[in-house]
Amino acid sequence: MNDATTVTGRPEAAAPRGHRWVGFRTIVIREFSRILRIWGQTIVPPAITATLYFIIFGSLIGRRIGDMGGFSYMQYIAPGLIMMSVITNSYGNVVSSFFGAKFGRHIEELLVAPLPNWLIVLGYVAGGVVRGLLVGLVVMLIALFFTHLHVEHWLVVIGAVLLTATVFSLLGFINAVFAKNFDQITFVPTFILTPMTYLGGVFYSIAMLPDWAQHASRANPILYMVNAFRYGFLGQSDVGLGVSFGIMLLALVALFVSCVWLMEKGIGTRE
Amino acid sequence: MQALSLRQLAKTYKTGVQALRGIDLDVEQGDFFALLGPNGAGKTTAIGIVASLVNKTSGKALVFGHDIDTELEAAKACLGLVPQEINFNQFEKVSTILVNQAGFYGIPRGLAKERMETWLRKLQLWDKRDAVSRTLSGGMKRRLMIARALIHEPRLLILDEPTAGVDIEVRRSMWDFLRQLNDDGTTIILTTHYLEEAESLCRNIAIIDEGRIIEHDRMATVLRKLHSEVFVLNLRHPVAAPPVLPGYALELADDGSLEVVVTKDQNLNGIFAALSERGIEVVSMRNKANRLEELFMRLVEGRDAGTGLPHKAANA
Repeated sequence: MNDATTVTGRPEAAAPRGHRWVGFRTIVIREFSRILRIWGQTIVPPAITATLYFIIFGSLIGRRIGDMGGFSYMQYIAPGLIMMSVITNSYGNVVSSFFGAKFGRHIEELLVAPLPNWLIVLGYVAGGVVRGLLVGLVVMLIALFFTHLHVEHWLVVIGAVLLTATVFSLLGFINAVFAKNFDQITFVPTFILTPMTYLGGVFYSIAMLPDWAQHASRANPILYMVNAFRYGFLGQSDVGLGVSFGIMLLALVALFVSCVWLMEKGIGTRE
Repeated sequence: MQALSLRQLAKTYKTGVQALRGIDLDVEQGDFFALLGPNGAGKTTAIGIVASLVNKTSGKALVFGHDIDTELEAAKACLGLVPQEINFNQFEKVSTILVNQAGFYGIPRGLAKERMETWLRKLQLWDKRDAVSRTLSGGMKRRLMIARALIHEPRLLILDEPTAGVDIEVRRSMWDFLRQLNDDGTTIILTTHYLEEAESLCRNIAIIDEGRIIEHDRMATVLRKLHSEVFVLNLRHPVAAPPVLPGYALELADDGSLEVVVTKDQNLNGIFAALSERGIEVVSMRNKANRLEELFMRLVEGRDAGTGLPHKAANA
């Protein structure tokens, strides 16, 4: 054995300082490599979908709708469409990657390694955030072909997109933990996430809705995320900014604790 | 120091199946240890608990003194696992799998690449470093899993059926590799269905059946418990009928060789002398059955009536 054996295994198996950082970085690099390796599934489809949205809803239908809150319809829906891509891709990345690792059993590579469970969760979530941001950036660049995007509050934009991507990565993780087959990883995105996103104020202001629908919309957490993000661009929102960030932070903490608890208990991962 | 120590380790699955019924097991540092048992005996469950792939119901497991309940990360850092089933990402390249696994153990990327080359060369996979893992042959996949388990140079290597489904040539080269690894100081625990493999490689043995350890001793001691062995004697000139030797039971095999049952209180000198007196020349000799296989069958089927070996029913 070479002289580097003291790094982990021999003689006392003491993990060196910083080994957790190396482990975390390795998970993120692996996730990022996966995103790039299957770019035809991860980057291209959301780019095509976003382009179609901008052409159909923004250019063709949007012209007839006219202004919304003092902005062109294209400018109004652009932040929502970017956020929609971030939500679906951060969620989709973690649910498919973690379930794929369970299905192919290579999750065992991580389970046998000297990494704490919270770090495994963080690694996968970071992968989801990376994909969410990457796709969000691509969609934003596409939006620039169709309209001018003015950013009113950079910090709000960055904060909202990071929190949203993290929250949905954590949700994707939970979905993957409980999923027993591929149907169960498509159920939530198809029947829950997509309707909630469409009804979360991406294409309209809830001020246009009747009172009961406005109240119902306020029960949808995605409404707060989309509006916080839109506020960063346009400076206007249907809901309070403080409430939006409060909900996102609360969801993040609750979901992270839940994910780590699931891993500690071994639910869905250990027999 | 003990590389592995299990105390009253028990596992009951949600289905109600009691895979382990409170086993005690000690494996000394530097040992080459065989853990044998029929399918469903609890071997893989025991290994899974030690490697954190299975939650135990009760009991203790210590790896080089590190309790998996209180010092899990330290225990894991000492351990390398080669599981029974292929469990690497079949879409990743061979080199990527090893470098990533090193990273999970906290080994920086530069050092990880050096070690990847070292272990791939030792396991004759260097030429396949850029191949996507699913394109490897069965034997190569097994070797890749061994390389992956060794990338962090663990003090204890556990191999669960490492040579299952590989050809004889690959199996023999794996044996040589594992012997060398053990000589270099790595403690090895092996489960296998090839009992010749266990007898050839291991110094100590435990036999597990229905979640209980029914034998745990030195390999030589365990084999000495065999009441009798059957030897096949190949003759220079075949005989028409088996000679009658007082005290020995001889039979004529189809190929003209003689089969003789030798009990513990007999010796081969007497047989050779008696055959020589009758002008029968023995040119070579071998065991009819693998000795360990014979012992194993007697232990798990409770067929041994006269050797004093534990009876399966008595342990149930």
